[in-house]
Amino acid sequence: MAIPIAYNIRNLKLRKGLTIMTALGIALTVTTAVFLMALLAGLDKAFVASGSPLNVLVLRKGSQAELSGGFDGALFPTLRELPGVSKNSKGEPLASGEWVVVIVLPRKDGTGEVNVSVRGMMPAGLELRPNVKLTDGRWFTPGQREVVVGKNIHSRFSGTNVGDVLDFAKGKWTVVGVFDAGGTAYDSELWGDVNQIAADFDRQGGYSSAYLRATDPVAADALKNRVSDDQRLKLEGMLETEYYAKQTSSGKPIQIIGTFVAIIMAIGSCFAAMNTMYAAVAYRGREIATLRVIGFSRPSILTSFVLEALLLSLLGSILGILLMLPFNGLTTGVGNQVTFSEMVFSLQMTPRVILISIAFGLLMGLLGGLAPAWHAARQNILTALRG
Amino acid sequence: MTLTRFVTKSAFRNKRRSILTVLSISFSLILLTLMMTIWRGFYIDKGSAESAQRLVMRHRVSLTNFIPGYYREKIRTIPGVVAVVPNSWFGGIYKDAKPENFFAQFGTDPDEFFKVFTDFKIPDDQLAAWQRDQAGVVVDSKLAEKFGWKVGDRINLKGTIYPTNLELTIRGIFTAPQPTQSVYFNFKYVEEAVAWAKGQAGTFGILADSAENVPKVAAAADAMFHNSPQPTKTESEKAFQLSFVASLGNVKAFILSICLAVVFATLLVSANTMAMSIRERTREVAVLKTLGFTRGKILGLYVGEAMTVAVIGGICGSLFAFAMVAILAKAPGIGLFFGGMQVTPGTLAVAILVSALVGFLSAIVPSYHAAKIGIVEGLRYIG
Repeated sequence: MAIPIAYNIRNLKLRKGLTIMTALGIALTVTTAVFLMALLAGLDKAFVASGSPLNVLVLRKGSQAELSGGFDGALFPTLRELPGVSKNSKGEPLASGEWVVVIVLPRKDGTGEVNVSVRGMMPAGLELRPNVKLTDGRWFTPGQREVVVGKNIHSRFSGTNVGDVLDFAKGKWTVVGVFDAGGTAYDSELWGDVNQIAADFDRQGGYSSAYLRATDPVAADALKNRVSDDQRLKLEGMLETEYYAKQTSSGKPIQIIGTFVAIIMAIGSCFAAMNTMYAAVAYRGREIATLRVIGFSRPSILTSFVLEALLLSLLGSILGILLMLPFNGLTTGVGNQVTFSEMVFSLQMTPRVILISIAFGLLMGLLGGLAPAWHAARQNILTALRG
Repeated sequence: MTLTRFVTKSAFRNKRRSILTVLSISFSLILLTLMMTIWRGFYIDKGSAESAQRLVMRHRVSLTNFIPGYYREKIRTIPGVVAVVPNSWFGGIYKDAKPENFFAQFGTDPDEFFKVFTDFKIPDDQLAAWQRDQAGVVVDSKLAEKFGWKVGDRINLKGTIYPTNLELTIRGIFTAPQPTQSVYFNFKYVEEAVAWAKGQAGTFGILADSAENVPKVAAAADAMFHNSPQPTKTESEKAFQLSFVASLGNVKAFILSICLAVVFATLLVSANTMAMSIRERTREVAVLKTLGFTRGKILGLYVGEAMTVAVIGGICGSLFAFAMVAILAKAPGIGLFFGGMQVTPGTLAVAILVSALVGFLSAIVPSYHAAKIGIVEGLRYIG
């Protein structure tokens, strides 16, 4: 027969101080784990949501990123006229030759200078990214030294309000607008006219990348193969979504360090939980013996104590998640290892993160509670009753 | 029985509890020590004496922009500059794009490279061979170990930034004070293969005549190219390396918050143990009082006991972290990150001090309550 769970709850309530302190210890570990997982979830989301499955990115063969090298501008007209490229209302193909360069901007909070990506694009570049919305000001005018800034750039760097003037490359650039790309990688970029940017960085006559918008997913796939297979072009096509999926590796250092920290802290908390449960068992020696005398079996005593440890760790996990809740949505930056520039993303406490951290907390409780519960179940009735 | 003996004896009266507490505290202290070591490596250490004498010059706009190669001779004219060498990132692919096959490849000038990187050691005959073969390459000894390279082996690199592939022959193996995971080849090879690479450099490594002159040289170099179309940014080697750490995100806040969480968790664990252990001994307190122990003395006994347990945990944890860093520094991949790091005696002392403080704080409240209890009341107390 099983011992009712109410018995465990009452026991935890009886020794309030001990319960709260142990639960807090577990809570701190869970908080750390939630924090790290939310960070990774946010990073994943930013990269996965970036890119449209209809957009085909074209790079020079062998090039891994938009930053490394470029190709001859004379190839662009060929790309533009490829079958499967969709057209806008005026009948112009949605294709944009672009340059991505990196500049250094000082952070608003004064914690140093950060590399930031600047993307020069053709007017069609805006049309083939329909998910990007202007929130303030207007788009840049081709032929002018004007830039629009992503919302993360706007919030993290000074001098990025509409009307401000930024000083980079060969002179001054006017900020004319702010855009929102829905938390994707584009939010960490500045956009301007491709010819202006190429001129300022001495890169006329070529593009680092080209974007083609296909009419449908099948056409996108065909377009990608066509570009890669054409021996004369020496170019490589890939879906924009594939390109960003590769960049999630930027989160690797956080993931490795985070896992390590969480595991070490969890081991420490396990020992603490074990201590508390041993104390609970020692304190209730006579009580356990009485339960045995009444007729509760060893397995049911074992289960009861394990349950109590699980309850304790569940309390800790919930506390830990609550502690982290105010930080949900907080934005932070990480260096993108593909573009060498800062990529801003927000902490995302997704249901998955919460479920995993509860499981993580329960595992600590289980590991910490098993040995004391075993000890409780194996106690000799007579000695325990006398003690 | 002396008082110290009494304290240590009672600290381990419940062996299992004390051991669990020590273990729990030591795991927390491992983390604390590691975090402090990383902090020290990033923000406090100035690097080796040779490294402190070196500067890195790059394009003012960003690392991805080139600076003209003719700057090299101009830099030489700055007072305090001993040697200058170009270092251009090649970013080629060795075998495949897998991260375990990644290492840094720089195009440089073999004639002057080891005159700037004076702490990199290479046998004279290997250096001479490298200088003679334009398609030669010298590799870090740790990297050679990892890939099983020997002098005379071929390395093929597929270019990503430069549209060319390099077929290099290993002419020498150098040892650096810290693992660099780098190979160096003659940049002329790239210049001859790629027209637009001619006369360009990624960065310049500069050796100053003393560490004190480094800021002066940096300022003079940047002033020299201030109004040119290619302005530069020159900083000490350490500052240059730190700019990569900064790209990992807000590392300082990250480390601090982990340290805070760890210290607080340790405090909870220790306080928990002391509360349990002191409550059990209410009757013992009364006995001690009957024997003539004053309140202050009893307070001291219990605080000492908690500190003993915490300090043992601290010593175990920090020593374990010490061993861990030593092992990690040799590991492939993350070895680069832990390369120059070491748990110094100072860090160990701070870790142990923190654990002592935690022990002290955790015992203060329960001991105070225990010491205050009346003799009769205490003697009547049943567990």
